[in-house]
Amino acid sequence: MNALVNEFIIKLKKRKIEGSKATAKLTAEVLRSCISQQRLPHTNQAAALIDAIRTIGEKLIAANPVELAVGNIVRRVLHIIREEDVSLTAAAVGGLAVSAGSDDEDDFKQDDHPGLSAAAVAAAARSTLRPPSLQTLLEDIPQSTAAPHTSSSGGDSEGKSKSADKNTASRKLKHNVIEAVNELIQDIATCHEQIAEQAVEHIHHNEVILTLGNSRTVMEFLCAAKEKKRSFRVFVAEGAPRYQGHALAKELVARGLQTTVITDSAIFAMISRVNMVVVGAHAVMANGGVIAPVGMNMVALAAQRHAVPFVVLAGTHKLCPLYPHNPEVLLNELKSPAELLDFGEFSDCLDFGTSSGSPLLHVVNPAFDYVPPNLVSLFITDTGGHNPSYMYRLIADYYSADDFVVKQSSIS
Amino acid sequence: MPAEGPKTATAASGELKPSNSNPVKIAKGTSQKKESPPVAATEKKGSDRATDKDRKKDVPHPRMQFDDKSRVEKAKKRSVVKQTEAKNRVELFRHLPQYEHGTRLPELESRFFQLDPVHPAVFKVGLRYLAGDISGGNARCIAMLQAFQESIKDYSTPPEKALIRDLTAKVNCYVSFLIECRPLSISMGNAIRFLKTRIAKLPLTLSESEAKATLLTDIDRFISEKIILADKVIVKHAVTKIRDGDVLLTYGSSSAVEMILLHAHELGKDFRVVVVDARPKLEGRLLLRRLVGKGVKCTYTHINAISYIMHEVTRVLLGASSVLSNGTVYSRVGTASVAMVAHSFRVPVLICCEAYKFHERVQLDSICSNELGDPEAIAKVPGRMEINHLDGWSNSDNLQLLNLIYDATPSDYVSMIITDYGMIPPTSVPVIVREYRREYLWT
Repeated sequence: MNALVNEFIIKLKKRKIEGSKATAKLTAEVLRSCISQQRLPHTNQAAALIDAIRTIGEKLIAANPVELAVGNIVRRVLHIIREEDVSLTAAAVGGLAVSAGSDDEDDFKQDDHPGLSAAAVAAAARSTLRPPSLQTLLEDIPQSTAAPHTSSSGGDSEGKSKSADKNTASRKLKHNVIEAVNELIQDIATCHEQIAEQAVEHIHHNEVILTLGNSRTVMEFLCAAKEKKRSFRVFVAEGAPRYQGHALAKELVARGLQTTVITDSAIFAMISRVNMVVVGAHAVMANGGVIAPVGMNMVALAAQRHAVPFVVLAGTHKLCPLYPHNPEVLLNELKSPAELLDFGEFSDCLDFGTSSGSPLLHVVNPAFDYVPPNLVSLFITDTGGHNPSYMYRLIADYYSADDFVVKQSSIS
Repeated sequence: MPAEGPKTATAASGELKPSNSNPVKIAKGTSQKKESPPVAATEKKGSDRATDKDRKKDVPHPRMQFDDKSRVEKAKKRSVVKQTEAKNRVELFRHLPQYEHGTRLPELESRFFQLDPVHPAVFKVGLRYLAGDISGGNARCIAMLQAFQESIKDYSTPPEKALIRDLTAKVNCYVSFLIECRPLSISMGNAIRFLKTRIAKLPLTLSESEAKATLLTDIDRFISEKIILADKVIVKHAVTKIRDGDVLLTYGSSSAVEMILLHAHELGKDFRVVVVDARPKLEGRLLLRRLVGKGVKCTYTHINAISYIMHEVTRVLLGASSVLSNGTVYSRVGTASVAMVAHSFRVPVLICCEAYKFHERVQLDSICSNELGDPEAIAKVPGRMEINHLDGWSNSDNLQLLNLIYDATPSDYVSMIITDYGMIPPTSVPVIVREYRREYLWT
């Protein structure tokens, strides 16, 4: 198991894995195999599993802190474990509630809510995993505060008294978690299609769409609209310094789309004739801000100037539950200057670590840009379209608040 | 063709269009030299009185629209340079000339000794424009004026013709040739306008040699006053805006900005320069090389990283190809993006532009009038062999490559324009165009 994790960590460190989708998928797969190989103690299995995943997750995140998809998936898996644990114990408690008449002394809780159904307990327990919404706050205060007691006491009593059930329950937790992670991997794999399905609702005849660089999601989105017999034009900005726009243009032309390649510098000039900007993202932050390939902030500003909708396509694995602080610097990565300048030509004045004193010439080649939420018109995720201001709520569906900080030291 | 008379007059009398000038009209002026009399006549009248009529004449003439098929056909018949139209033309830019690049140069070179109407010096300059040897508003303008000087030196009035008329026709012919090589910049258009006014205003009493001498000194004066001295004044003004510890950002390569930076460095000011560059021309590299050679501290980046680098920038210095009278700055493509990002980061944007490049035309976007470069330059990324997705792009009908040369920066992104008349807000551009240009340029 360690070998697998280490191999993945090395790959992350060397930036061998390109794109957040591939990273997310690999992370989920690594975590899945970790879970399946993890030996679980008899009591408190969920906590043990969470601890194990946390330890691995911490390492993975540290390997490439800029690739937020790793952290997202680690948190998603933690959340899955918590959910499965809760639903299992809830089911167990529900089972107990039915036979509550026989052993009262064990389940003091059941006396308070004698008529509680298993589903209600599960719902109550689940609600504790999420930040309290207005509804839960108003609806039933004692129930939601009491629920954790139920689950822990129920789990403990179950561990003590019914040792016969224990083995199957532990298998069940693991099994359920792995099932859920499989589902997650499936979701990541199909997020393109889910997003692309919504294309017809956003792209109409004779529209002009602008995009920057290359994003597979964007390509699928545009092609899906094309397949639905919409005819429109696409302006593709090349996306220096990687010029992936060229690859996108080639692909779009192969699918029969009217494509025009423009330089990045011509974005402002062309955007006045554009109906919609459709771009991919690297990560979406909890405040609705976007970490995107470099140059995107410029596009967003130009779009805002000309009141052109700026639409960001992002699979749910790109949703990051963190709020950004100084993301331009802290969530950025500086790439090799060789992409911009020929080293041979400027070797006399570049700093390459050997000369003393400050060099005359610096080359800056950042990989990402931060687009603040006020510049984004719409997010299209695999669950539909959302406003930037709604991102925090969407995130609450996928992550539990306890996992926002994955680092162990801060907890123990 | 008497009906064409007035049109020719306007075309010649001051409406030599910048960038997308009108080859049809100019070609008319050249091919029918007998039509020149009305030209001179109207011109004289026009400049003598500042009446309503004169003001109307000041309204810029509509430019040649290349989606007008019949007129393009006419223009083609008269052109010296045979151009083949590009295959995958961008629909949105049908109104601009889109020709195959690379095919014209060898053909023109082979005809070097056969071109009767064009003076060799002019021909040489035209070839250099075509090849891209000379670029930048000032450099192109100076090269053109010097070529005109050469041709004027060698000029002799044919018998039975008046110098004024014949020389104007000659100049028209040269200009239309230059336009075929590359659309005129606004600076060149203004310089041609100046030269033609000077020719038209030559006193009839002057002998041929005297007239030639006057013209030569006039051109010399224009170059030194309007371009060289103006740059010095701009440098003097702009240097006062550079303080110790400043981080100055510049885009592409502007001769005026380069002079400012070097002068400030000579004065011992402690500042850093961020050179932002963009494909396909990568002119910033050349500027970077020159600045680093002089010992200026530099940071180099590409235009996409502009939002990243703008945090540390305290001033943005930009050059301009022209400043239009609604305050729009017409400049190298990408300037607008840089100004926009600077504006959103609350960084002042200073435009450095000589007043002779100001123009009374107005423009709201970058599409109505622009220049298209060689699309092939976009398909290839020099030094990056692995990026070859667009090889053979012209074979697919659905794919177009667009290589815009200029863009228009809205005036609200511009904090200040530094010209030889001082530092002005963009709203004051029409004042300069109105007051100073009439006074200094046309008389």
